Amino acid sequence: MTNIISDETIDYVAILAKLELSEEEKQQAKEDMGKMLDYIDKLNELDTTNVEPMSHVFPAENVFREDVVTNGDMREEMLSGAPGEKDGMFMAPRTFE
Amino acid sequence: MAKQYETVIGLEVHVELATKTKIFCGCSTAFGGAPNTHTCPVCTGMPGSLPVLNRQVLEYAVAVGLATNCDITRYCKFDRKNYFYPDNPQNYQISQLYLPICRNGWVEIETGEGKKRVGIHEIHMEEDAGKLIHDEWEDCSLVDYNRSGVPLIEIVSEPDMRSAEEVIAYLEKLRLLIQYLGASDCKLQEGSMRADVNLSVREMGAERYGTRTEMKNLNSFKAIMRAIEGERARQIDLLEEGEDVIQETRRWDDTKGASYAMRSKEDAQDYRYFPDPDLTPVRISDEWLEGRRAALPEFRTEKMKRYREEYEIPDYDIEIITGSKHLADIFEETVAICKEPKKVSNWLMGETMRLLKEQGREPEDIVFSPGHLAELIAMTDAREINGTVAKEVFEVMFAEDIDPRQYVEEKGLQTVNDAGALQKTLEEVIANNPQSVADYRGGKEKALGFLVGQTMKAMKGKADPGLVNQMLREMLG
Repeated sequence: MTNIISDETIDYVAILAKLELSEEEKQQAKEDMGKMLDYIDKLNELDTTNVEPMSHVFPAENVFREDVVTNGDMREEMLSGAPGEKDGMFMAPRTFE
Repeated sequence: MAKQYETVIGLEVHVELATKTKIFCGCSTAFGGAPNTHTCPVCTGMPGSLPVLNRQVLEYAVAVGLATNCDITRYCKFDRKNYFYPDNPQNYQISQLYLPICRNGWVEIETGEGKKRVGIHEIHMEEDAGKLIHDEWEDCSLVDYNRSGVPLIEIVSEPDMRSAEEVIAYLEKLRLLIQYLGASDCKLQEGSMRADVNLSVREMGAERYGTRTEMKNLNSFKAIMRAIEGERARQIDLLEEGEDVIQETRRWDDTKGASYAMRSKEDAQDYRYFPDPDLTPVRISDEWLEGRRAALPEFRTEKMKRYREEYEIPDYDIEIITGSKHLADIFEETVAICKEPKKVSNWLMGETMRLLKEQGREPEDIVFSPGHLAELIAMTDAREINGTVAKEVFEVMFAEDIDPRQYVEEKGLQTVNDAGALQKTLEEVIANNPQSVADYRGGKEKALGFLVGQTMKAMKGKADPGLVNQMLREMLG
């Protein structure tokens, strides 16, 4: 493995992903990420000077919908999987702005 | 001598587009629905759901770009902006970072200092977030996703403004352009137009920009002006004391007249943007773009020119009427029915403006229909009602768009055209006011006014004052 992931990097990524990792999981994640970056390095060996970046696997463009209301009130269905609800709203842990 | 400072301001303006449905799904954008009744798997971020771009959103965004002299990006894509917050059900907001739909534009503004251009860095399309309500009782947050997925454009200016006055002129200009396009009603108070102010100060003549802060929660022009003055003063104080301005987001509290640093949504502002693989790229052809350009409406300058040619109304009236798209629409539609531009203009410039000012409202809030205003004018012209009654009826019409003819009939406000009844009243008034009669005959014109007033009063305001005046003169002559 040529890419070595530092403790700082793994802690930072964990914060961004809102994950709490044990020491053991951190070691595992460091190793996995290192391997992923090795793989990317391998891809980087290719000359892609004249290749446009690809964001989609399908050669599709300009897929639109018309501005017409097609959905009715689906509140019951939408709330059915919620961990909690009150007054027709999703209940979430207290969050500050 | 104390140091002189220059304020440098750039704006990020979010505008809610006037579409019927959300940006990526067929849910209604109508305001005021019960919580979560305008939601579906797409706008609540359910796994496996697929967003599809609303064509109207693209058309509005391109129209705003063309109206602000932007280059339209011919191959554009959507990106995911990743952050965790309960108002954002997908844990990413679909936005545009790498290839926004419009770039490199400008608008011209005019202030006391003259004309100048404000550059537009870019305009991108994105989705709005849901609404969080903090529930003290349960000690939790409640989420309503009705606003989630409502289409927005964000217009990012260059740091080209130097004063609150320029900022207001820029916002007024954007608002008017967008209203003319019909792309949004741009109401600051209701949040369909929101402005974040990026501000820094530097010593006059300095080349480098100072450290800037971003201010949020500005929902009126007045709040924006006060926030700019307040933040400028705060930053200058820091610099004068030898301290540094910290780059941060601050929340303006307009009632306290002060801003506070906001706790950031995460410890790190790292959004890890990447292209959204669920949405296909948009490729814009020459034909399509030319079609959009041809479909642009008449803007204010052209409208003013046409008004000068078509209608005989003063320049000042033209300026006020074209200053609001809604007002101009009412004007044109009413004139189309009654063919009396001067009278329509008088109603709009006089009573309408008076009532708007009195109630602290804007021309966009006008509810009366052109048909009803035309009817009121026709009734006044035919002398079915007199001027005083017309104003009375107009006030009711202004409040709730009633049908003036029906209202006048119901309330019995028609002018009394019964010559006999009027004659009888006049005789009584003359008999009861010998002093005024003598004064008038003695050459005091004013006394006649008093007698007209007494007659109108006796007729409960329903006589034609012109006719009363004329008959009185004849009887006393």
